[in-house]
Order: sequence, then structure tokens, then C-alpha cells
Amino acid sequence: MASSIRVRATANGDLTDVQALIQHPMDSGFVKDAQGQLIPPHFIQQLTFEHNGKTVFLADWGPAVSKDPYVKFSFKGGAKGDDLKISWVDNKGATDTTTAKIG
Amino acid sequence: MRARSVLTSAAAALAFATLASLAASAIAATDAPDPAADAKAFKKFFTDKFPKVKVEDFVNGPYSMNEDMHKQWEEKEQFPPYEFALEAGKEMFSKPFKNGKTYADCFANGGIGIRQNYPYFDEKEGKVVTLELALNRCREANGEQPYSYVKDEMASLTAYMAFTSRGKPMDIKIPSDPRALAAYENGKRYFYTRRGQLNFSCATCHVQSPGERIRAEILAPAYGILNAMPIYRSEWNGMGTISRRFITCNSQTRAVPLEPQSDEYRDVEYFLSYVANGLPISGPGARP
Repeated sequence: MASSIRVRATANGDLTDVQALIQHPMDSGFVKDAQGQLIPPHFIQQLTFEHNGKTVFLADWGPAVSKDPYVKFSFKGGAKGDDLKISWVDNKGATDTTTAKIG
Repeated sequence: MRARSVLTSAAAALAFATLASLAASAIAATDAPDPAADAKAFKKFFTDKFPKVKVEDFVNGPYSMNEDMHKQWEEKEQFPPYEFALEAGKEMFSKPFKNGKTYADCFANGGIGIRQNYPYFDEKEGKVVTLELALNRCREANGEQPYSYVKDEMASLTAYMAFTSRGKPMDIKIPSDPRALAAYENGKRYFYTRRGQLNFSCATCHVQSPGERIRAEILAPAYGILNAMPIYRSEWNGMGTISRRFITCNSQTRAVPLEPQSDEYRDVEYFLSYVANGLPISGPGARP
């Protein structure tokens, strides 16, 4: 299966701009399906971006974040060709990781 | 004084004569449907109303109407929300059915770069055939279950097919078959007919008021409105096909939506695509 994480990181002077799109249902636990049954909560709890082993972005997420979330930020210190590791953990313990090159 | 009144009455007579001849040509126009003239007038209406908008930008719907939105969208397009659907569509398109055949066997040119030819008028069936319909017929002919016409798999497949056709000009033909002309006329009638509790026609929003706000949304111009289909709508939290758009438009004006791929929807798609001939395919699109 293709990765659930899409990343684009570009070095821009001493700043690195990062954009990421993550495929995840992000069910809040408050929505009912067509049969009237509650859809159990299923959302990402922690999202981490690591550059050279150092966490540059850490997000503690809850049920209020929308489906297929999109994140954009920039950090100092990245250089072209460096690896950026992105991973998430959801409330069911599922996880996904991907590594992107800064371009 | 006297000379002036003679002059004005002469002018009035002239004006009357022009009016009368205009009225006569208008009557002639309504008697015999003329899609080519319709398309020309349709385009002229929008280019006159929005002289600053580049013609090929109309396919970008609300973004062509508002500079700020256009900028936001350009940024969004670098990382578009339809990417997952596009990738899924590409995978589904190349994956063979149980009998070993693929979608490519059902379409001209292996299904690549053909979105601009849909919908077309099928002279054997005597009806308009849309891309969604052709896809489901392809599935059924190969012993597979048809997909829902409004979202998910269907939207992913059409997203991929539209993507391979990006930039190609819409190329809808009306064959010399009275039924084709009737389908076109029926679609046109549907487009301009008011319905629902709010008494809106499609044209009320998309011809009369493009660029205006309807609550937080900016209305898209009807000219080239289908070229961006299917779309990822943030409001839907996902992808939707042309059928989904028609159904939502109907229910938002508090009219009773039709079944997806009903004759009227097929005809209105035929009409709207025909009058957008020459505009580039820009699908899949992203809309707020």
C-alpha cells in the first residue's frame, strides 16, 4: 500500500518549508453512520517531524482535526539533500512513517 | 425647432425598424435550435461580463472571479487535496478485472487523454453517454459490480482520466441526428428552468451571479464549469462527480434531486459541455 503521508520539503535560504498531507479518517467519535450507529473515534494523536534525529515539529492532535489533515511549517537548519522523517501514531495504536529528502 | 422634431421622428422610425428586424431574427432563432450560435452567445456573455478574466481561466470556477482566492488556490495546487484520489484512480485504472481485461480495453486510446470527448451522443442508443456511464458499462460488460455514480471509486477513476486529458480543449459534437439536437435542447431547457422552493434555475446562480457570494462561497461561472470535474470539495470532505454536483445544486435550491445519470442530468451535462467547447480540461479540481 502506498504511504499515507505525502511530503514536500524545500530549502529556502536557511529556512526549510515543509508541507505534508496525511490520509486518515480522523473520526471524532461523535458522528453516526447511515445505520445510526456511532462511528468509533479514530484519530491521529501524535505527529512528528524529525530532522537529523532532532524533532523539529511535534503535534498533539485530537478529534477536532479534520479528515486527511494538511500541515505546513518551516524550520531553520535544514539543507538540501537532508532526510526528514515523518511519523504519526493514532488512538488505535496504528502508525505510519515515511522519509523525505529536502529538495 | 421644426427640423429637429422631423429628425427625431426619423430616428425613432429607424430605431423601430431595427427593433422589428431584431425581433424577427429572435423568433427565427427560437424556431430552429442552433447550438453553434448558442455556444458563441454563451461565450460572449461571459467574456463581456468579465472582460478582465482570461478565457482559459473560466474553467477554474470561483478562482477566476476573485484575485485573493486565486492566489490561495495556486498555493493549494502545489499540494492538491485530490492527490490521494488521483493515485487511487491510477491504480484502479491499470488493475485488471477478474477476466483479465482492463478499463483501457473499453475506451479509445486506452482511456488516456479522452476526457474532452465526453459526454457524447450515442446514435445507436439515441441518448447522451457520459464518462461515468461508460465506466460503469465497462465494468458490467466485464462481469464487475457497477460503482456509485457520485463519489469514491467513480470520482477517483474520472479524476485520473481527467488528469491525463488536462489542457486538451473540450470537444463535444452534436451529430446530425434529430435526437441529438433534442437532447441538447432538453439539457438547455433544464438549465434555464426554475425549480425548487427557492425558485432557482441553474442559470440564476451560474449565469446571472457568478462572482457573487452565496454565503461564504463564490459562485462559479457556467462557462466551462464541468471542465474541472471531478472535484475535491472541502465541504464534502472528499471527491465528487458531476452527478454529485448536480444533485447538491438541486437540493441546495430545495428542489427534488434526480437520480444520478438520469436523462435530464445527462442532457444538461451535454449542453454545458457543448457550450464550453474549446476550453481546456482542468480536472480534477479543488473547490472550497
